[in-house]
Amino acid sequence: MKSNDVILQTTTKVVLFIILAFSVFIFFNGHHEPGGGFIGGLMTASAIVLLMLAYDLEMVKRILPFDFKVVTAAGLLVAIGTGLGSFLFGVPFLSQTFDYFTFPVLGELELATALLFDIGVYLVVVGVTLTIIQTIGEDQ
Amino acid sequence: MLTALHFAIIAPFIAAVFVPFLYKKFSYIHTGWFVLAVPTLLFLYFLQYLPITANKQTVTAVADWVPSLGIHFTAHVDGLGLLFALLITGIGMLVVLYSIYYLSKEKEALYNFYTFLLMFMGAMLGVVLSDNLIVLYTFWEITSLSSFLLISYWYEREKSRYGALKSMLITVMGGFAMLVGFVMLYSMTGTFSIQEIIASANDITSHNLFIPAMLVILLGAFTKSAQFPFHIWLPDAMEAPTPVSAYLHSATMVKAGIYLVARLSPVFAISGEWLWLVAGFGLTTLFWGSFSAVRQTDLKGILAFSTVSQLGMILSMLGVGAAAIHFDSMEDNLYVGATTAALFHLINHATFKGSLFMMVGIVDHETGTRDIRRLGGLMTVMPITFTIAVIGSFSMAGLPPFNGFLSKEMFFTAMVDITSFHLFNIDNIGIVFPVVAWIASIFTFIYSMMLVFKTFTGKMQPEKLDTKPHEAPFGMLLSPIVLISLVIVFGFFPNILSYSVIEPAMASILPSLLGEGEQFYVDIYFWHGWTIELFMTMGVIGIGTLLYLSLRKWVAMYQVFPDSLTLNHVYDQTVVGVERMSSRLTGSYMTGFIRDYLLYIFSFFAAALVFVLFNKNAFSIQADLAPISVYEVILAIVLVSTAFVVMFTKSRLKAIIGLGVLGYTIALFFVIFRAPDLALTQLIIETVSVALFLLCFYHLPHISKELEKVRFRLGNLIISIAVGVTVTLIGITANSSRLFESISGFFPEASYDEAGGKNMVNVILVDFRGFDTLLEILVLGIAAIGIYTMIKLRLAGRNEL
Repeated sequence: MKSNDVILQTTTKVVLFIILAFSVFIFFNGHHEPGGGFIGGLMTASAIVLLMLAYDLEMVKRILPFDFKVVTAAGLLVAIGTGLGSFLFGVPFLSQTFDYFTFPVLGELELATALLFDIGVYLVVVGVTLTIIQTIGEDQ
Repeated sequence: MLTALHFAIIAPFIAAVFVPFLYKKFSYIHTGWFVLAVPTLLFLYFLQYLPITANKQTVTAVADWVPSLGIHFTAHVDGLGLLFALLITGIGMLVVLYSIYYLSKEKEALYNFYTFLLMFMGAMLGVVLSDNLIVLYTFWEITSLSSFLLISYWYEREKSRYGALKSMLITVMGGFAMLVGFVMLYSMTGTFSIQEIIASANDITSHNLFIPAMLVILLGAFTKSAQFPFHIWLPDAMEAPTPVSAYLHSATMVKAGIYLVARLSPVFAISGEWLWLVAGFGLTTLFWGSFSAVRQTDLKGILAFSTVSQLGMILSMLGVGAAAIHFDSMEDNLYVGATTAALFHLINHATFKGSLFMMVGIVDHETGTRDIRRLGGLMTVMPITFTIAVIGSFSMAGLPPFNGFLSKEMFFTAMVDITSFHLFNIDNIGIVFPVVAWIASIFTFIYSMMLVFKTFTGKMQPEKLDTKPHEAPFGMLLSPIVLISLVIVFGFFPNILSYSVIEPAMASILPSLLGEGEQFYVDIYFWHGWTIELFMTMGVIGIGTLLYLSLRKWVAMYQVFPDSLTLNHVYDQTVVGVERMSSRLTGSYMTGFIRDYLLYIFSFFAAALVFVLFNKNAFSIQADLAPISVYEVILAIVLVSTAFVVMFTKSRLKAIIGLGVLGYTIALFFVIFRAPDLALTQLIIETVSVALFLLCFYHLPHISKELEKVRFRLGNLIISIAVGVTVTLIGITANSSRLFESISGFFPEASYDEAGGKNMVNVILVDFRGFDTLLEILVLGIAAIGIYTMIKLRLAGRNEL
C-alpha cells in the first residue's frame, strides 16, 4: 500500500535524528526552559510517527522492536516508583528534592529527583502515543 | 515513617506479588508451601506483642498518608487488635497447610488462589490493626474485594459467580454506609483516629449526628458479619473452596463486623439504642440462623447457617456487655462477664468451626458429595474425621467437657443477668433475652447432632457416592487435628488465655471501667453450682435429643414458608429490577453517536455554568481590556475562517487539514501570549493528531449530508453559540474581577527556591502537583489500553466468526 517516496524517506533519515536529539535535549532541559517529559515524549513519538509515514509500520516494528504497551507500563512503574522512593527517606509520597554537583568537563550541574519522575512521564507519553497509532494503523 | 509493624501488615500484599513467579518457577512444588511461611512468620511476630498488651501497654506506629486531611497509616496494637491478628495469622497458617492437600497443584489455578488469599490476609490485618478510620475502611473494602475473588475462585460455575456477587453487593453496600458513619464521626470529633474518638466519646453522645452515625456504622458491621436480614450472602458464599470457607467464614471476614462493634463499643455503648440494636439483631440472627440450619441438607449449608447463628450469639453478648459501661467501676458489675464470654466464644468458635469446615471439606473430598441424604455410615471408614466431627460438633452444641460448653454457659449467664439491669426498659421485657437464647440453643444442638450422626452413622450407601470413601491423607487431617486439640485444651484449661489474651482485649472494649493498675477478673471454670444456666443446658440436651429423634415428623413445618416470601427472593428481585431499570436508562441515552455525547457535554457545560454564575452574580464585565495587536487580529481571522471551512467543506481531507490549521493557529496564540510550553505541546499534539487522522482516513465513513436536517443544525447552532458566549463571558469575567492578589509572582520564586527549577510550568507539573501528573499519565495509559483492546479484541472476535 505504501508508495516509495524517495525524497521523504531520504529526508526522514536525517531529520529523524535531529528531532530525536532535540527531544532528548528538550527533555533534560525541562526544569529550567520550556520542555520536560511530556513535550520530550511527544516529540520522540512524533519522530517515530514520521518514520512510520515515510516507511511503513512493519519497517518501524523491525527497527524498534518494543512492545509500546510495555513501555507505557514501565513508565508508570518508574513514576510510581519515584513516589514510593520518598518513603525510604521518611517523607510523604512523591516528595522531590534537588542539589548541585560538580562534574568534570560539564562543570556544576543541578540534579533533581523530579527528573526521574519525568522519565516516567516521558516513557508513558511515548508508549501511549505509539500504542494508539500502531493499533489504529494496523487495523485494516 | 514505616516501621516493622507496618511491614507486618503489608507483608501479605508484598508476598502476593511473588506468588505467580514462584508458581511458574517452582511448578514441581506446591505453591502453598511458600505461602505457608507468611502467616507462620507473622504469627510468631505478633506473639511477641503478647507480654506488652498483657501489661495494658499499646504500641502505636504512625506513617503519614494524607496528613492534610488527618489520614495517617497508624498501626495500633492493643489487646483486641492483637487477639484478632493472632486469629488471622494462626488460623491462616492452618488453612494454608490444609489447602496444600486440598487443592491439587495440577488441576487448580493456584497462583490465583494464593494471591487472593494473601491479599485477604493482609486486608484483615489492616482492618484490625489500623487506628485510622479511613485506613480501616480501605482495608475493609479490600477484604470485600478479595473475598469476592476467593468465592468466585471456580468462576466457571454459575453458582460461584452468583454467590460472589451477592456477598460483594451486600457487604460493599454496608461498607459505603459505614464510610458515611466514619465521616459523621469525623465531623463530630474532628479526628479519624479511633483512640482519639474514644477519648472524646463522652462529648458527642448528645450530638445530632450521634444516632445516625451509629446506625450506618452498625449497618456496615451487620452486613459484614452476616446478621439478619443481611445473612443471605453467607450460605451462597459456600460455593468457595472449603479452605476459603474455613478461613473467611470461621475466623476472619465475618468477624470483621464483630471486631468493629467491639472496637467502637467505647464510643457508642453508653446509649440505650446500641444495647438494643446490637443485642437485638444478635439474638434475632442467633435464632434465625440456628432455626434455618436444621432444614439444610448440604453439610456446608448447615455450617453456613450455624456460622450466621454463632455470629449473632457473639454479637448479642457484646451488646449485653454494653450494659457494663453504665457502671463506674467493676464493683457489683455483673455485665462485664458478657464481654468475657463474647471474646472467649470468639476464640472457641474459630477453633471448632474451623475444624468442622475442614472436616466437611475432607468428607466432600473423599466421597464426592456433601449431601446428608446421600451420606451415612462413614464412621468405620473415616475414624479420624469422625472423631474430629464429634468433638467439634459437641463443642458447638455446648456439651461438656469441650470449650463450647464453657462459653455457652457464660452466654446463658449473661442473658439471665441482663434481666436485672434497670435501664432502657430491659428489666421489663428483658426476659425475652434468655428465652430466645435458650430456644436457639436447642436448634443449635439439633443441627450439631445432624452434622455428626447423619454423616457418620447409619447405613453407608456406596452406590450414591461418586467415589469410594476412604480416610483422608495425614496432611489434610493435620490442621483440623490441631484445631480440635485446641477445643479440648481450652475446654480443660480455659484459663490458659484468660490474662494473656482475653483480659487485655476486654480492656480495649471497656476502657472506662479500669483504673490505674486495675485489671478485669477473668476466671472460667466448669462447675458453677446448681445454677439456672446448668438447668438450661440440661433442658437444651433433653429437649434437643427428643426433637432430633423426631426430626422426620416436624421437619415438614419448614415447607410452610412460601418461596416468594424469603429474603433471597427479595434480593433476586431487587437485583433483576435494578439491572433492568439501569439497562433501560442507559439504552435511552447511550446512542453510540459521538455527536449525541458532545451534545450532552456541551449543553450541560453551558447550562450549568451560566446558571451558577448568574445565580451568584459572578459575571462582571469591565471595559478596560488590553489593546489588540495586529498579529492577534490576523490570527483571529485565520481561526474563524478555517473554522468555517471545517464546518462547510464536503471533503474530509479538507476538514482534517482545516482542523490542523486551527490547532497551529492556537499554538501561535500561545507563542504571542508567551506560553512556550503550551505552544510546543500544542504544535506536536496537532502534528501527531493530524497524522493519526490520516492513518485512519481509509476507515472513516463518508460524510453523509442527509443526516444534517435543518432542525439538527438549528439545535447545534444554539448550543455552539451558547458555549461560545459562555466561554467568552467567563474569559472576560476572569480578566475583569481581580478578587485576589495574582499569584504569578509567587510561582517563579517558589519554583526556584523550593524545587530549583526556572521553568515554573514544569516545576508545577512534576514537583508541586506531581500527584496530578501521575494520575494523568495513568489515565493516558488506561486510554491506550482501552483503544488497544477495543480494536484488537474486536478483530479477534470477528476472526472467530
